[in-house]
Amino acid sequence: MDELLSTVDWSRAQFALTAIVHWLFVPLSIGLSLIVGIMETIYLKTGNERWKRMTKFWMLLFGINFACGVATGIILEFEFGTNWSNYSWFVGDIFGAPLAIEGILAFFLESTFIAVMFFGWNRVSRGFHLTATWLTAAGVCLSAYWILVANAWMQYPVGMEFDPAQMRNIMKSFTEVALSPVAVNKFFHTVLSGWVLGAVFVVGVSSWFLLKKSNVAFAKDSMKIASWVGLAGIVLTIWTGDGSAVQVAKVQPMKLAAMEGLYDGSRGQSLVAFGLLNPDKQRTDSKPAILGEISIPKGLSILANHDADSFVPGINDLINGIAIDEKGDTVNTVSYAERIARGRKAQQALREYDLAMQTGDKTGMAAAAEAIKADFKYFGYGYLESPDEAVPPVALTFYAFRIMVMGGGYLLAFFVMMLLLSYRKPGTLENRWVAFLGLLTIPVVWIVSEAGWVTAEMGRQPWTIEGLLPTRAAVSDISAGSVQLTFWMFVVVFVGLLVAEVGIMTREIAKASKKDILTGE
Amino acid sequence: MKNGENSFFNRALSMYVDGFRSMTVGRKLWALILIKLAIMFLVFRLFFFPDILHENYDTDAQRAQAVRSALASGNEI
Repeated sequence: MDELLSTVDWSRAQFALTAIVHWLFVPLSIGLSLIVGIMETIYLKTGNERWKRMTKFWMLLFGINFACGVATGIILEFEFGTNWSNYSWFVGDIFGAPLAIEGILAFFLESTFIAVMFFGWNRVSRGFHLTATWLTAAGVCLSAYWILVANAWMQYPVGMEFDPAQMRNIMKSFTEVALSPVAVNKFFHTVLSGWVLGAVFVVGVSSWFLLKKSNVAFAKDSMKIASWVGLAGIVLTIWTGDGSAVQVAKVQPMKLAAMEGLYDGSRGQSLVAFGLLNPDKQRTDSKPAILGEISIPKGLSILANHDADSFVPGINDLINGIAIDEKGDTVNTVSYAERIARGRKAQQALREYDLAMQTGDKTGMAAAAEAIKADFKYFGYGYLESPDEAVPPVALTFYAFRIMVMGGGYLLAFFVMMLLLSYRKPGTLENRWVAFLGLLTIPVVWIVSEAGWVTAEMGRQPWTIEGLLPTRAAVSDISAGSVQLTFWMFVVVFVGLLVAEVGIMTREIAKASKKDILTGE
Repeated sequence: MKNGENSFFNRALSMYVDGFRSMTVGRKLWALILIKLAIMFLVFRLFFFPDILHENYDTDAQRAQAVRSALASGNEI
């Protein structure tokens, strides 16, 4: 058992490490590709060569990030096959289709037109070059869409039917999977957050130029464009984040409860604005969950259900199968004890199916298949020893959520300030403290962006597929030592990659600061 | 200029050839990409990341049976 848990823990750690590193590069590609597209569009419209030079500078940084980040996501697929073989088989063609589309369509779009972006200046018409730039940006987003379709299915498995003969989930409706409301919202929320990150990067690098008193006009113009992108991005990210909360309340209410550190819910449930989790709090005691709480009355009911008086269940309500309806009456939902019982029934039916299959008993197989289908929704719960195992790590989810939301609030204020200064008092942008703020916001936005993913992925624990497959059942039968070895190998490679990216980027930025970017002299 | 030289294919090829030749930072980036891909596919994938089910079993039926055995060994009622 210890060995299994160790394999699970190291496999999770390795996947988390890979995903976090991959996500250092992707949002910058998303955001920078948009900003570069806008700048080149201005160049095409005005014919002013300074916009072409601005475009080429930021395009160079986009290229550096793209080159360093490309294929970091492939490692995740290696891990599926090695560390998560039960999971990768179980998901069947649900994962295969989106990832195949991503590879064929999106990657080829990016790689074809990125060549025109970099090699095509003076070779193709300005209109065609601009089209290539926008198609590269579109390719980056299309890649993101299909990966997020796959991830959304893990959170909200739809459009499939489980086949016990193949032990796979067979896609029954491509549309249901590809257009899952969770996938669509997740796509917009993720891409828009990439806009924000790209915008902060441009503002931050521009701030560095201002600190160096180099390329001041270039920096200020870049900051204007980036601040508009950033403001639009953060407003829309907050809006889609609201949409995410509504979906999470519907399809992953335990995740929402963990995000809020909410053990016992109520109608008109407040939202924790500030507070620390009580480290002594146990699920079943009556100690307060939050210390020093400052809350927004009815805030969570509004966030989760867009209804100030609606009931939001806490961890205990979900486990005990309790809800409160609109009239204020207590109603029963499916308790976690019931889910575990039904999951075990489904697993027993799977064992009976296996036995019937081995003896060629087709009638037995059909009966067992029906029994599996009846309780398949709770299949994964059958692996749990107790309802407590279905509770995500509350502290990590709670604080990651708060970092994301508070960071989002800061970024909104940041872009409003940058825009006001850009138009009303452009001289203030050269102020040391303002420029330092711009520079220091670069690591902040990355932390906020990663915190969003930690919220999403830690909040879905213990599930690899919500309700169907917990992590402990999803791993391969391999030694923890082998996973540990590759974990540390990844650490070495990723550190090398990051050192290379930061090194090349900073060198090119420093080189550019020694000349006039806008005139090329 | 001969017609062939002006064909789309030749112009595209010329764009790539000239583009790669005139790269400065790009050379470093391509070296990074190729080293990265070599490490990923020739080291990681080849030696450390076998597809467990495809390595250990020959047919889909065998793989399904392996996963069924693994997943069906959950908690007994």
